[in-house]
Amino acid sequence: MGTMRWIAGGIFLALLVLLPRELKPYGIFLMSNWVLFCVVAMGLNLTLGYAGQISIAQAGFLGVGAYTTAILTTRFGWDFWLTLPVATGLSFLLGLIVGFPALRVQHHYLAFVTLGFNILIYLVFRNEDWLTGGAFGIFDIPRPGFLGVDMRDPLSFYYLCLVFAALMFAAAWWIVRSPWGRAFAALRENPVRAASLGVDIRTYTLLAFAIGSAFAGLTGAFYASLLEFIDPYPFALEYSLSFLLMVISGGSATLIGPIVGAGMVLLLPEWLRFAKDYYLLIYALLVMVLMAFCPEGMVGLWRRMVAAIGRRRARAPTERPT
Amino acid sequence: MSAPLLEVRGLSKSFRGIRAVSNVHFEVAKGEVLGLIGPNGSGKSTLFNCVLGQLRPDAGEVRLNGQDVTGLDPTALSRRGIGRTFQLLQVFPALSVRDNLVLAGQEHRGTMLGRLFMSPDAGQRARADELLDLFRLARLADEPAGSLSYGQQKLLDIAMAFMAEPELVLLDEPAGGVNPTMLGDVESLLRRLNEELGATFVVIEHNMSFVMGLSHRVMVLAQGQVLATGSPDEIRADQRVIEAYLGD
Repeated sequence: MGTMRWIAGGIFLALLVLLPRELKPYGIFLMSNWVLFCVVAMGLNLTLGYAGQISIAQAGFLGVGAYTTAILTTRFGWDFWLTLPVATGLSFLLGLIVGFPALRVQHHYLAFVTLGFNILIYLVFRNEDWLTGGAFGIFDIPRPGFLGVDMRDPLSFYYLCLVFAALMFAAAWWIVRSPWGRAFAALRENPVRAASLGVDIRTYTLLAFAIGSAFAGLTGAFYASLLEFIDPYPFALEYSLSFLLMVISGGSATLIGPIVGAGMVLLLPEWLRFAKDYYLLIYALLVMVLMAFCPEGMVGLWRRMVAAIGRRRARAPTERPT
Repeated sequence: MSAPLLEVRGLSKSFRGIRAVSNVHFEVAKGEVLGLIGPNGSGKSTLFNCVLGQLRPDAGEVRLNGQDVTGLDPTALSRRGIGRTFQLLQVFPALSVRDNLVLAGQEHRGTMLGRLFMSPDAGQRARADELLDLFRLARLADEPAGSLSYGQQKLLDIAMAFMAEPELVLLDEPAGGVNPTMLGDVESLLRRLNEELGATFVVIEHNMSFVMGLSHRVMVLAQGQVLATGSPDEIRADQRVIEAYLGD
C-alpha cells in the first residue's frame, strides 16, 4: 500500500507538471485557479475537517488577501512578494477575530456568525470605493517577478502557483501530523475532555480559525495576480459555500480530500458545459447523490472501495477485538 | 504531619436556590485513596466538578499542596497535576489508542509553539507504551479507540487520566457499566497504581465492594453534606449511613 501510494503520487505530480503544456491558455488558467483553490480548501479543511469548527467565511478571507495585494501593488507600488506577509498577517488576524465567537457558540450558530462575517467583508469590498474601487474593482494587478521569468506567460505563472500549492500542502501535512494536529482532533471530538487533559481549548480554537484563514489570505495574493483584475463578486457568500462543498465532497479531515473536492467543484461545471442550461441541475444532482450515499466524500468512497477489494481478497476471517 | 495534598474547605454550590453541595470539608493525603459515596443527587459529581474547575463554587476554597487553586479552569488544574475521568466514558474515538494517551500527556511539557515543531509523538511514546502495557492495551495501540469494547475504552479513559503523572486523580464511577470480570481488573489496576506507583486518588463509585475494597477512607455525602467519614469498616457499621444509603 505504501509504495502504491508513492507511485500514485508520482503519476499525479507528473500530470500536474506535464498536462498544462498541452492546454490552451484558458485550460492553463483553469488549472492555475484549481491549484490555488486547493490551498484555500486545505485551509478550510484544517478549520472544519480537523478542528471541527464550522466556518462559512473562507471566500471572504481569500478576498482579504487578494485586496491587500491588489491595493498595495497598484496604489503603493509595492513588490508582489512584499505584500505576502501583509496578506497573510491580516487574514490570520481576522481569522483570529472570527474565532472568538467559536469560544461561545458552536455548530449552526457558529455557521451563522461566520456567514455574517463574510457578508460584512463583502460589503466593505463593494461599498468602500475609496479603498477597494467598489463594484468596479481594481485593475492592472501585476504578476510577480521571479528570477527574471516572465510571469505574464500563463504556463510560467501556473508553475509558480503549483510550487506555492505544494509548499502549502507540505505545511498542512506538517501541522496535521504534529501534536497540534492531535489537539485539533481532540477539539473536534470532545473539547470538554480535552480541556481536562490540559489541552488549551481556547488557543487551539482560535489557531484553527487563524491558520485556516491565513491559508486563504496568502492564496488571495496569488489569486489577485492570476486574475490581474479583482472585483467583490468572487468573495461573496456563495463562494464560501463552494469552498465548504470542496472540503466535504472531497473528504474532510483527509489531506487529499480538498484537492479532489476543489477539482470537482471547479472543473466539473466546465466538463458539463455540453449540457448547457442543464449543467447546474446535473451538477447539483451529482453532489446530492454523493452526499447522500457517501457523506465522507470522494476520499471516503475510495477508501470504502479499497477496503471492499481487500476483504474480497483476504476472505480469511479477520481478527476482531473482543 | 505535612500539609495534605488536597484540602477542601467550606465548599458550597447552589443551583437556583437548591443547595447541591453545602459547606463540605475534606482532605486527601498523599498516597491515599478516598472513596466518595452517597445516593444519586447527593452532590458527589457537583463536588467533583467544583474541585476540578468545571463549575465555580459559590463559597469555599480548594487547595492543592497548600496553594489556593479555587476557580481555576480545568486546563490549568490539569497542568497543575490533577487528572480526572468523567462519569460517562470519554475517549477520542477517531484517534488511535496510543494517540489518546499521547494527547493526554503532550500539553504538559514545552510551549505551545514548540509543540508545532516537535516530533509527532511529542516525546510521549515511551510513557504511553508503559501505560499500554500496564493497562493491557498494548496489542490495540494502533486501533481507533472507538473500535474497542466498552470495558477497554473505560480502561483507556482511566489510563489517560494517569498519563501526565498527575499528583491527584479524581475518578467518577470507574466501575460504572463494566462487566464483573473486568471489574476485578480495574480494581487490581487501581490498587497497583496506588501501592506500587504511589498514585493518590478520589473515587466516586456505587459499587460497594469495589469502593470499600479499594479505599483507605470513605466519605459519605447525603443531600450535599458530609454525613460521615471513616475507614470502610466504620462506614459499613455507621447507623446513619445505613439509613441514608446502604440500606439493610
